[in-house]
Amino acid sequence: MPILVRVPTPLQKLTGNRGEVNASGNNVKEVLANLEEQYKGVRERLYDESGTLRRFINIYVNDEDIRFLQGESTKVKEGDEISIVPAIAGGKRA
Amino acid sequence: MGYVLGLQCRECGRQYPKEPLHVCEFCFGPLEIVYDYEQIRRVLSRETIARGPRSMWRYQPLLPLDGDPTVGLQVGFTPLIKAKRLGKVMGLNNLYIKNDCVNHPTLSFKDRVVAVAVSKAKEFNYDTVACASTGNLANSVAAHAAEAGLKSYIFIPADIEMTKVVGTLIYGTTLVGIRGVYDEVNRLCSEIAANFPWAFVNITIRPFYGDGSKTFGYEIAEQLGWKAPDHVVIPVAGSSLITKVWKAFNEFAHLGLIDEVKTKIHAAQASGCAPVTTAIKENRDFIKPVIPNTIAKSIAIGNPADGYYGIKTVKESGGYGEDVADDEIVECMKLLAQTEGIFAETAGGVTLGVARKLVAQGRIQPDDVTVLAITGNGLKTQEAVMGDVGSPILIDPRLSAFQDLFNGKEGK
Repeated sequence: MPILVRVPTPLQKLTGNRGEVNASGNNVKEVLANLEEQYKGVRERLYDESGTLRRFINIYVNDEDIRFLQGESTKVKEGDEISIVPAIAGGKRA
Repeated sequence: MGYVLGLQCRECGRQYPKEPLHVCEFCFGPLEIVYDYEQIRRVLSRETIARGPRSMWRYQPLLPLDGDPTVGLQVGFTPLIKAKRLGKVMGLNNLYIKNDCVNHPTLSFKDRVVAVAVSKAKEFNYDTVACASTGNLANSVAAHAAEAGLKSYIFIPADIEMTKVVGTLIYGTTLVGIRGVYDEVNRLCSEIAANFPWAFVNITIRPFYGDGSKTFGYEIAEQLGWKAPDHVVIPVAGSSLITKVWKAFNEFAHLGLIDEVKTKIHAAQASGCAPVTTAIKENRDFIKPVIPNTIAKSIAIGNPADGYYGIKTVKESGGYGEDVADDEIVECMKLLAQTEGIFAETAGGVTLGVARKLVAQGRIQPDDVTVLAITGNGLKTQEAVMGDVGSPILIDPRLSAFQDLFNGKEGK
């Protein structure tokens, strides 16, 4: 069940310079875990030592911030898009 | 010479060289300047500061330049005013106004950050500066770029006050109005910054730029007779100023220039754009972005870059956050003008309105030393009060015409 994941520039070194990749999973956490299986090193960039998503990473599912959905448990299905956006970049793209 | 050792990520602590960087490439946290406080301690004292220029550059060792500043030499050291008449209305016996309405040259606190940023841009050999702005920063970047002889590109939401548009264009800049809110302007500028070799003062060289705001806090402490106040009420947009004033007091204490800091830092926002104060009230440590809708356009940032640290500053210091509606903002602009003779912009009305709420809530006590951060000039936001200040009385140029109207009556 492929989910499209948009990867920010600083992480594209890990994804073979690709800004959009496919990953699988039933919720955000599973998709990000699958991303690590495919592209080693992604996880430590997204999560701190305690396993919490880093504060200056925003994750959007179909342009909605997951903090206002069900966080990493937010369900995803085929056709959904997950965007990984550095918070410092400012407001989300309209 | 300067006292900057390098840059460091506020989140993961990774160190970076002194370069135009602003985001940690590992964890995406914001970078901040690391100073050599041991060396600074050797060259900086109350006496050396007092002998310095009557500008923000009296604190130069605590600012992130390698050489002497090259633009904005007259910025800062604005008046700290004991507000007796306003204090009486508010029930406060030790109320002060830090008045950056009269900051040189563009009449807002932004001249502080821009003087540092443009001087730093020159040190980094940029020939072009740029910014995303709600207006005051636009005025200041355009002015300082003109003084420095640098090219400038300035990006604003298209609907800001006409005075701020004219007060930017006059300096001969390239001004781009974006059909959108500030957060969309800022997002676009991040993308532009990645594609053009310009010093975006509040993006590309943000760590350097931000530290200019510390001088607002240094001046308050020095002007109070080398002590930090009990309270500072600060208008919050991106949350940079509020974190830097807190940093300034703590640096002064660390350097032994003032005693222990017991200041409570309070955040002030407009009800139509209150992501930071709402988070504080709801005891959250993260921001829920909002779409701004307020007359206080200079602080209408719905997704503040430093919002997390703004909240943290307020909590660490034991302060609070409040917000006020647009009609209260206008009322408070008039109150400040009519008690102290100071015409502040809308953000000043926000600060005063919030201070009044904090007094009513008992968070600020009558004898507490309280400073209101008044950060911009009311002449730039006249639209906000135009319908609320009346109009001149028109008469013919004859004494009798005046007598007919005013004999036996008192003026205001």
